[in-house]
Amino acid sequence: MGKVLKYSFYDLIRSRWSYIYLLFYLALGFVLLFLNSDLSKAVITLMNIIIVLVPLIATIFGTMYFYNSKEFTELLLAQPIKRSDIFLGQYFGVAGSLSLSLVLGLGIPFMAYGLLRSGAVFNFSLLLGIGVFLTLIFTALAFNIAISNENKIKGFGYAVLLWLFMAVIYDGIFLLSLILFEEYPLDTFSIIATALNPIDLSRTLILLKLDISALMGYTGAIFKKFFGTHWGFWISIFVLILWAGLPILRLRYKSIRKDF
Amino acid sequence: MIKKGVASIVFFLWACSWQISAHTVVVCKTCPVDSVKKGIAIAQASDTVLIQKGTYPEYDIYIDKPLTLKGENYPVIDGQEKGEIIKITSDHVTVDGLFIINVGVSYTTDHAAIRVIKSEQFTIQNNVLERLFFGIYLEKSSHGKVYHNKIIGEAKDEYNSGNGIQLWYSHYVEVSHNHVQGTRDGIYLEFSDHITIQRNTSTKNLRYGLHFMFSDNDVYTQNTFEENGAGVAVMFSRNIKMYDNTFKKNWGPSAYGMLLKEINDAEIVNNTFEENTIAINIEGSNRIRYKDNDFIKNGWAIRVIGACYTNTFSGNNFMNNSFDVSYNGKLNDNQFKSNYWDNYTGYDLDRNGIGDVPYRPVKLFSYIANKTPETIILLRSLFMDIIDFSEKVSPIFTPDNLMDAEPLMKKRQ
Repeated sequence: MGKVLKYSFYDLIRSRWSYIYLLFYLALGFVLLFLNSDLSKAVITLMNIIIVLVPLIATIFGTMYFYNSKEFTELLLAQPIKRSDIFLGQYFGVAGSLSLSLVLGLGIPFMAYGLLRSGAVFNFSLLLGIGVFLTLIFTALAFNIAISNENKIKGFGYAVLLWLFMAVIYDGIFLLSLILFEEYPLDTFSIIATALNPIDLSRTLILLKLDISALMGYTGAIFKKFFGTHWGFWISIFVLILWAGLPILRLRYKSIRKDF
Repeated sequence: MIKKGVASIVFFLWACSWQISAHTVVVCKTCPVDSVKKGIAIAQASDTVLIQKGTYPEYDIYIDKPLTLKGENYPVIDGQEKGEIIKITSDHVTVDGLFIINVGVSYTTDHAAIRVIKSEQFTIQNNVLERLFFGIYLEKSSHGKVYHNKIIGEAKDEYNSGNGIQLWYSHYVEVSHNHVQGTRDGIYLEFSDHITIQRNTSTKNLRYGLHFMFSDNDVYTQNTFEENGAGVAVMFSRNIKMYDNTFKKNWGPSAYGMLLKEINDAEIVNNTFEENTIAINIEGSNRIRYKDNDFIKNGWAIRVIGACYTNTFSGNNFMNNSFDVSYNGKLNDNQFKSNYWDNYTGYDLDRNGIGDVPYRPVKLFSYIANKTPETIILLRSLFMDIIDFSEKVSPIFTPDNLMDAEPLMKKRQ
């Protein structure tokens, strides 16, 4: 697996798209800090971007990479290499290079503006950690979609739909059910519903760390009580790991059985 | 014979010196008069009792004649937590420059560091109060001054802590330049009219920085309220004028910059509200003029709960608030006019500084969050931004007459 991973990774970090992605984050980071040199405020703005853009790019990039390297994959399949190694290697190559772009692209500007001397280090690392998790999760989901769909157009369609569902539609349904069932106690329901969607979970984790929870009144207090404790924090991390782990396992399972 | 003569001379000299310092009784640890109580007992009306540096373990000090109690280099009066420390029951009393500590906490009586009862023309100034229950308690006392005191409490719970400065049935009092911190209510007014509250700082109090109950015709200006449970609570009062105050960082699940409940005919002008969870929470308040205030980085700038009539909001700056206005129920005859809203995206073709399209300050999300509070967890999600945008383009749910018809293009300086 190491060889394939290394190859994919080097292939990707030499590709144009990785640079564009990296440059985008660099520009974003510098512009944000140029406009507002308050690091903790910049973290909030960054959160809005990360939780929407990172999943989108990971899904698109993941499916694109899978389809584009199909011929190379078939070549590899002809070699005496374990199948799971090929696919997992490719997956970690993509996810790794995307995460690297994210961490470097945002890390460099924030370092340059004195991140280590400010109190925002923890919040910022949490943000980056969550960005990396989202990359892992959505790349894995993208690979799953791509491996299950021979048709490129269909695959892309599903991938975009997946992102749309997680980022927008899920919240819409969530909102509707909150309004419809407002007569009932909704605390447990909303905590579970939040935990089930990695984007919502990431958003809530960051918001609570940034003390916007005070805005949320009673609901915020309940969320803080759950997610704000160490226990809740580790549960959220566990859910995120589960979100990344399950698709990876399915990818492995599928790749072994798939008929090329 | 000679002995007698010397004695008479000594007596004469003593009498002279007594005559010269007739208006000052010096109290110090090594003097003949070594306690404040003795000093007060010796002093005649309108004398000065000068207390020199030292620690005086005393409580229940009664001042029942017009006196000036003056501390030199902040003498410490230690109440040893046994009860009330200074009690004033006479007109024309001045208490100046004392360091009063350890007021006894009681669950049955409100012990205070300095209590003024049914007196007039009092001045309480330059005192430092620490480890207290109640600080300065004015009871049916009018026409006095509470000036430049520093009150530092260590209140942990509401039920066993007292207020910094409390006025009860007291009128025409000036409370200025005080610093109150760590008490239950920083300054508390009950049934007190015509009070002037000026240039005080009230911070880190458990409940309110300043609290009005049933008090009319009061003015408070140029005060700072920071990190309190709620900056100022004005309840059941009329004709309160609030000018040039700063409300800052009153942040927490149930924190407010200003809490208005059942108040009428007030003026709120030129105040700054910065980083409060809810800058102004309004309930059942009528004929209030909100003018030229700055609302910066608050969670909610204005939250109207209901039963409010004939309030006008004009010339205010709304900047970087999560929600500018949250409204529950109908607009009634309240009016938003000529404010600056940083979210305003309209245009000004005739360049008169007033936007040509009205601004609707209530976002759909704030409307929904009002009806179903749980939905607030979708704060800052993409979905909410999208529906807020679509609602802005064509308002369906938010009250369509709730708008600022003449929004300012540039913020008021």
